[in-house]
Amino acid sequence: MATLEIKDLHVSVVSEDAPKEILKGVDLTIKAGETHAIMGPNGSGKSTLSYAIAGHPKYTITSGTVTLDGEDVLEMSVDERARAGLFLAMQYPVEVPGVSMSNFLRTAATAVRGEAPNLRHWVKEVKGAMADLDIDPAFAERSVNEGFSGGEKKRHEILQLGLLQPKIAILDETDSGLDVDALRVVSEGVNRYKASGEVGVMLITHYTRILKYIQPDFVHVFANGRIVESGGRELADVLESEGYVKYTGSKEAAALS
Amino acid sequence: MAALSTKPHSHGAVVPVSSRAEHFTSYDVNAFEVPGGREEIWRFTPLKRLAGLHSGAAATGTAAVEVSAAEGVTVETVGRDDSRLGTAGVPGDRVAAQAYSSFENATIVTLPGDVKSEPTTVTVTGAGVDAVAYGHIQIKASQFAEGTVILDFRGSGAYADNVEFLVADGAHLTVITIHDWADDAVHVSQHHVKLGRDATIKHTVVTLGGDVVRVTPVVQYAGRGGDAELFGLYFADAGQHQEHRPFIDHAQAKCRSNVVYKGALQGDGAHTVWIGDVLIRAAAEGTETFELNRNLILTDGARADSVPNLEIETGEIEGAGHASATGRFDDEQLFYLQARGIPEDQARRLVVRGFFQELIAKIAVPEVRERLEAAIEAELEAVGT
Ligand SMILES: Nc1ncnc2c1ncn2[C@@H]1O[C@H](COP(=O)(O)OP(=O)(O)OP(=O)(O)O)[C@@H](O)[C@H]1O
Ligand SMILES: [Mg+2]
Repeated sequence: MATLEIKDLHVSVVSEDAPKEILKGVDLTIKAGETHAIMGPNGSGKSTLSYAIAGHPKYTITSGTVTLDGEDVLEMSVDERARAGLFLAMQYPVEVPGVSMSNFLRTAATAVRGEAPNLRHWVKEVKGAMADLDIDPAFAERSVNEGFSGGEKKRHEILQLGLLQPKIAILDETDSGLDVDALRVVSEGVNRYKASGEVGVMLITHYTRILKYIQPDFVHVFANGRIVESGGRELADVLESEGYVKYTGSKEAAALS
Repeated sequence: MAALSTKPHSHGAVVPVSSRAEHFTSYDVNAFEVPGGREEIWRFTPLKRLAGLHSGAAATGTAAVEVSAAEGVTVETVGRDDSRLGTAGVPGDRVAAQAYSSFENATIVTLPGDVKSEPTTVTVTGAGVDAVAYGHIQIKASQFAEGTVILDFRGSGAYADNVEFLVADGAHLTVITIHDWADDAVHVSQHHVKLGRDATIKHTVVTLGGDVVRVTPVVQYAGRGGDAELFGLYFADAGQHQEHRPFIDHAQAKCRSNVVYKGALQGDGAHTVWIGDVLIRAAAEGTETFELNRNLILTDGARADSVPNLEIETGEIEGAGHASATGRFDDEQLFYLQARGIPEDQARRLVVRGFFQELIAKIAVPEVRERLEAAIEAELEAVGT
């Protein structure tokens, strides 16, 4: 049973001038079988949390710990974290010109699984996974994310999620930029992943609409670099009607739908 | 329309700023001064490392030229006096003129007209460590010929040459020049491309080995409808100097050119220079041209100079543009690949291979493509990041 444990995590970003503290003591434990929704206003530090867990070099951990099944995640390189079973579906997936999607997927699967997948099975597996997400097979020969629309990028993040089968998945605003049909297709992809095994999900979102498709067990309100309130599904309904005003003190629109 | 290459002087006179149109050329080495290094066309080149190619070094050896000709392709070895030589262009710098004044024999490879020929390979092997040699090669594509010529430079020593490409009316020539020299080698080369009416050339330069390699491909159009695609792919390691100076001289109407050079650099003192000159003369109405140079710097201590120059003397053009970008390794790309479990060294290799992919994909000869992929792999292996 996988457990991701985040304790008193403080993170700064290295910008041009002085380092700026963005995460100010995050505590969160995600166990296999659980889905945690993290909701918060723009700029509250949700992406910073996900990048810090994944090991993005721009973010410096100033204190706190992150462990996966007791192993120190912060000691691991970015690729070691992924091979240990962490996955981050990025808010803004990166374009890698000249590297075909199929080559990329196969290289990643080989790295994560520890051996090259049997070619024949693999081709079938990818085809099936792409079809499940309504992705045109022609995408396999295109460069990774290059020229993809926002929605196409998100579908491909979930495609990778399905193929790499991590223990814990962090989905950073996978719902943003998706139209109604795409949101359904992508949510079904996440639910298939959840049903596939004992896995945990951290679902970062700004809106409650994805929670209609993906049932959260816990909802956390994220504001100003930390979790300010936690509850069950019902907390999302409160956010839906009241917005984040209560937590930010400002008039951030209750842009929830 | 006034030439953009001139600017008004305060006394009312017009002073040309070194326009490509006024660029001096001559077959005679003595018509050129020995360069001191400050000259515009030499300022990036480490003259001290040229083994005297620029200052009158006499030949002390001969480079071996071997041709593996496809069926129907003729190969001749001719003396200096052969009247066909020098017709594609005139040497544009002292080293090219030195080579033209010094070579003893020239090799002429002729692709037959109206048929499609299999690839022909010309292998040039340097005269050996510390030896100086001069050479001359002419590739002729007869009317409506279609074919590929691979020029493969290897071995040691200092070597200067002129390579002529005469592409007759309606002919389609593909050229792949591979500079895969030994570590000590110095090669200064001028390529002269002359395109007939509706003729096309796809000219790819690959530079991997050598201490100093400087290549100046010049394209001239003899009639309308000519189309030149110039691609370059280079990989410079510690201490290597690689210089590419493509010049497209648009003097005919309705011609096209497209220049794409990409380079990767790694290691201390790795230096690449790309000077891309395009001149659209007054007569060249309806010209369409684009040039691009991109450099990927993989480690500290490497340096890429990139200077695109576009001179336009007519307003009646189809389109003209240029772009140049030199960047460090993209950390975001690396992060993305690593976040999918791919180890860092493998991720780096994927990104660099991806960087060159668009050019490698254009190489139609599978053996050459595979050799290049392997060479890039070996270069990346060597960094040991
Ligand atoms: N590389 C960086 N350099 C400077 N500031 C940064 C950097 N990355 C994040 N920040 C700042 O940190 C804060 C939190 O950003 P983050 O992207 O984590 O927010 P978020 O909650 O994901 O917002 P959104 O809902 O818009 O995605 C913001 O004020 C942002 O400007
Ligand atoms: Mg964000």
